[in-house]
Amino acid sequence: MARYILTRLLSLLISLTVASAVIFALIEIIPGDPAAFMLGINAQDDTIAALRAELGLDTSPLERYFGWVSGMVTGDFGTSYTYRTPISEMIAERLWISLPLALIALALSTLIAFPVGILAASKRGSLTDTIVMGFTQLGVAIPNFWFAMLMVLVFAINLRWFSAGGFPGWDEGLFTGLKALTLPAISLALPQASILARVMRSALVDTLDEDFMRTARAKGLNRRQAIQRHALRNAMIPVLTIIGLQFSFLLAGAIIIENVFFLPGLGRLVFQAISQRDLIVVESVVMLLVFAVIVVNFAVDIAYVLVDPRLRRQG
Amino acid sequence: MKTNRNLVVGAALTGFFTIAALISFLWVPYDIEALNIADRMKTPSFSHLLGTDHFGRDILSMVMIGARTSIAVALVAVGIGMGLGVPLGLAAAARKGSLLDELIGRGNDLVFAFPSLLIAILITATFGPSALNAIIAIGIFNVPVFARLTRGSALSIWKRDFILAARVSGKNSAQISVEHILPNLSSLLIVQGTIQFSLAILAEAALSYVGLGAQPPTPSWGRMLADSQTMISLAPHLALAPGLAIVFTVLGLNLLGDGFRDVFDPRLRRGRT
Amino acid sequence: MTLLEIEGLSLSINGSPILKDISLSLKQGRILGVIGESGSGKSMTAFAIMQLLPSGSKATGHLRVLGFDMLAASEDDLCKMRGNDVSIVFQEPATALNPLKTIGDQVAEAILIHEPSTTRAGAQVRAQTTLERCELPAEQFPLTLYPHELSGGQRQRVVIALAIALRPKLLIADEPTTALDVTTQAEVLQLLKRLVTEDQMGLMLVSHDLAVVAGMADDIVIMKNGEIVESGVATAVFQQLRHPYTRALYAASEHVPDRTPPRSTARLLSVTNLVRDYRLPRTALFAAPQYFRAVDHVSFDIFKGESLGLVGESGCGKSTLTRAILGLETVQGGEMYLDGMPIAGGRHVDRKIRRRMQAVFQDPYGSFNPRHRVDRLISEPFHLYEEPPSSDEKNEAVVGALRAVGLSPEDQFKYIHEFSGGQRQRIAIARALITQPELILLDEATSALDVSIRAQILDLLAELANSYGLTYLFISHDLSVVRAITDRVLVMRDGRIVEEGKTEQVFSAPQHPYTRSLIDASPVLPKNANH
Repeated sequence: MARYILTRLLSLLISLTVASAVIFALIEIIPGDPAAFMLGINAQDDTIAALRAELGLDTSPLERYFGWVSGMVTGDFGTSYTYRTPISEMIAERLWISLPLALIALALSTLIAFPVGILAASKRGSLTDTIVMGFTQLGVAIPNFWFAMLMVLVFAINLRWFSAGGFPGWDEGLFTGLKALTLPAISLALPQASILARVMRSALVDTLDEDFMRTARAKGLNRRQAIQRHALRNAMIPVLTIIGLQFSFLLAGAIIIENVFFLPGLGRLVFQAISQRDLIVVESVVMLLVFAVIVVNFAVDIAYVLVDPRLRRQG
Repeated sequence: MKTNRNLVVGAALTGFFTIAALISFLWVPYDIEALNIADRMKTPSFSHLLGTDHFGRDILSMVMIGARTSIAVALVAVGIGMGLGVPLGLAAAARKGSLLDELIGRGNDLVFAFPSLLIAILITATFGPSALNAIIAIGIFNVPVFARLTRGSALSIWKRDFILAARVSGKNSAQISVEHILPNLSSLLIVQGTIQFSLAILAEAALSYVGLGAQPPTPSWGRMLADSQTMISLAPHLALAPGLAIVFTVLGLNLLGDGFRDVFDPRLRRGRT
Repeated sequence: MTLLEIEGLSLSINGSPILKDISLSLKQGRILGVIGESGSGKSMTAFAIMQLLPSGSKATGHLRVLGFDMLAASEDDLCKMRGNDVSIVFQEPATALNPLKTIGDQVAEAILIHEPSTTRAGAQVRAQTTLERCELPAEQFPLTLYPHELSGGQRQRVVIALAIALRPKLLIADEPTTALDVTTQAEVLQLLKRLVTEDQMGLMLVSHDLAVVAGMADDIVIMKNGEIVESGVATAVFQQLRHPYTRALYAASEHVPDRTPPRSTARLLSVTNLVRDYRLPRTALFAAPQYFRAVDHVSFDIFKGESLGLVGESGCGKSTLTRAILGLETVQGGEMYLDGMPIAGGRHVDRKIRRRMQAVFQDPYGSFNPRHRVDRLISEPFHLYEEPPSSDEKNEAVVGALRAVGLSPEDQFKYIHEFSGGQRQRIAIARALITQPELILLDEATSALDVSIRAQILDLLAELANSYGLTYLFISHDLSVVRAITDRVLVMRDGRIVEEGKTEQVFSAPQHPYTRSLIDASPVLPKNANH
């Protein structure tokens, strides 16, 4: 068990190192000098040089890479080229929108998908199964940003239940904040819930065919008891994998959904930074998101061990 | 064999949009580069079946050409994913536990840590937005999908006795991979290919919606939706046509994939005596 | 008291008939053996009694357990009976237990579900007692173990424990020892017999193996194609062999093909001090790698034209040894010569040597690429020629090989799924013959076949050996088959050859205690005067 966690931890560190190197290298080969860009076309050469020194751009790439990484480890992401403010502050502010959004969406997606998937699997082949799976088929096909636009049209413009976009800030109270995140979270969650429900159903259907389910029935358990006590936990293994993957989809999806609802989250920050060539911001936000994905996958690996005793004794 | 409903509906939907895309090379109802401000924001009518946009361009013509963009980007991207992923997966399975296998596995993990959109953002930040960069971003993301699937399924085929028989016949692992493993993976790859194709269409739409995909004046479904967003209360029909086009294309591909799976499923097909 | 009464039971699944007019009964304290080949409906009869049938099943007739009409019972009543009055032990111990739950929980669950008033702790105590009754003592097998930490035989004991935890009156065992090694099989059968006596149960033992049933059953039912062809008291059935099918089954089970003993004393294959080590997964991050020795200094010879048997239980290294001889393993020591020429292992392929030996494997379903036609399947070994033969020569060879194994030339255009298990094994032999090899390795080549098909394949092998002067290395766990088809035999255990000698000599007067235990554990058919 300890060995398993240790090897996973090691591979987490390796992934993080390689990912940071790749991100840094990509940003590094971008043509154009940020300092020159910031100062405009009329800038003097020596002013540019001074700014380059101030931004630390005159050192070697290797030095800058290690500076960047060691900074991030201590929570110092550097200074934005455009706004001249610490990036960690900018990110922290935005994270308070993007992270709750992704988490609410993940919770919503799981809460919808589990009962739906279990219902469809336990009534496999019935009319209920066909109808429910038909809806998930549709849910998988709908792009979340288009779904978001339709929701704005119906619930914000026509019914006026919610505002069409923007975020009042958490200072306005928890309820106001959550209300502003409701439509975005639903538009993010529904397509993902469709995928998860389909996975849940097929994992459960596969488990229902296993020999040990027959053993459980032979003991005298009825169908419902057999599913609850023996099938669900076995079906969780593939479902966990998908939940792990979904987190990264939700983070990425959040970037797009923030655009639909004009939410000042990490997504908007990235797009602004790209258009202003504020590369150090792009670099840091992307690294942060990759970090989140890698950590979640690590958590999923640990969850496997908790579910499956067969993994506890080996590597 | 009983006709499979998924397969028929899926093929019909996919076929419909593919044909629309192909026709658009030869003919579209209106020239979409000619702006006609007088006819702007028209609701559907006989002269403009799906209405016109804020520049007076015919929506039907734009959706047809948009189909071309979507399908082309997705097709090339999935092609890249399969073309690189399948050989990598075969090689990893043939040399299970070797350094090569380990490297391919780690590489896959790394790419999976970047959602396709993040890859697109990085590439766009580096090289600027374009359809080509969208293809690369979606394609890169597809490589590990196919590599993992191929490796996993190939490993289970490697355990079968007919591989042992091939080795007794002196075949090396490359020959076995091509002659024995790949043909037995083909149905699985077709199923996964259609599913990845539909995901690629969704990804392309998302990228062009945020402006990281095909650039104007090339029409794309995602950007049509982005353009329609500010006018959604005035002209909801602008958002409907491209959105439904995406939904039906993706739905068609998914149904096609399900249909293929039903038809190929060895549990249904293998006649055990 | 009659525990089980079946009268005129018929069963169809989605319209296709599975069982036709089955009648049988079982009394307390007795063992009923149900014998049949695959497709005979014997397992479906067992599932019908439990009323655990696939969806789309329709049963008619009478089926009573403890006087209770099972066909008319509600699902709730059936749940109360299953595990309590009637229990079942399945064939595959590897998959019959939930991998995520401890064995203690799984046995205790059987108690808790029927006696909800029992405390968790009380159920655990009773689970422990039941496991001990099934010869899994608490010191070695605590309740906290998971199924993957047990061997196949131990898992089957857990399955038996959860079946008998509530002391049901009726126990059904569906091929309970088919997946087990012969010594384990003997122990598990002994256990079942003891439990029947102690609890005064009725046991219905379903098996394909005549000898297994003969050693256990008081009464016997013989099934074929969903019908009962013969039934009666075991001793009478085996003595009289009235029904032709029973007689055929009996004859096939102890069939010995006609063979001419080998005369040559020339060595065809000689193996000296062969060693094969596998690297084990590391136990700690920086620990030195550990090795498992699958083949441990093995030496033996095969003479031209002889049939040499290699017997041993699963995991003894016989398959590894087979692959090493075929040149498919990288060996860590020793030498192998085929007709004086060294056999190289691993990636290096010496075609001249490879084409002089071929192999037939166990699984008739997995031995062929389902995407290739028979002609391509059979001619694959032509890859071992530097210059591939012309298509005419190839075709001639394919037709010749098909004829030799009793198939028709037209069969070359078919795909493998169009053939039955026995036909597939014939195609596998045809593939092995195509390069006109001298040595054929038969790795459990008849183990997956029904007895009647097995007898035909054994005849075919004997015939081919006579007409082509073939030499066989016959690898099997099944002692009766090895005795029927080999001249000499090697007994392998834990990677070593523990005994070697003339087949009849080894079987009638085994020297090594392990050989003796194997022979003692093997079930034997009762001698029959009429046969």
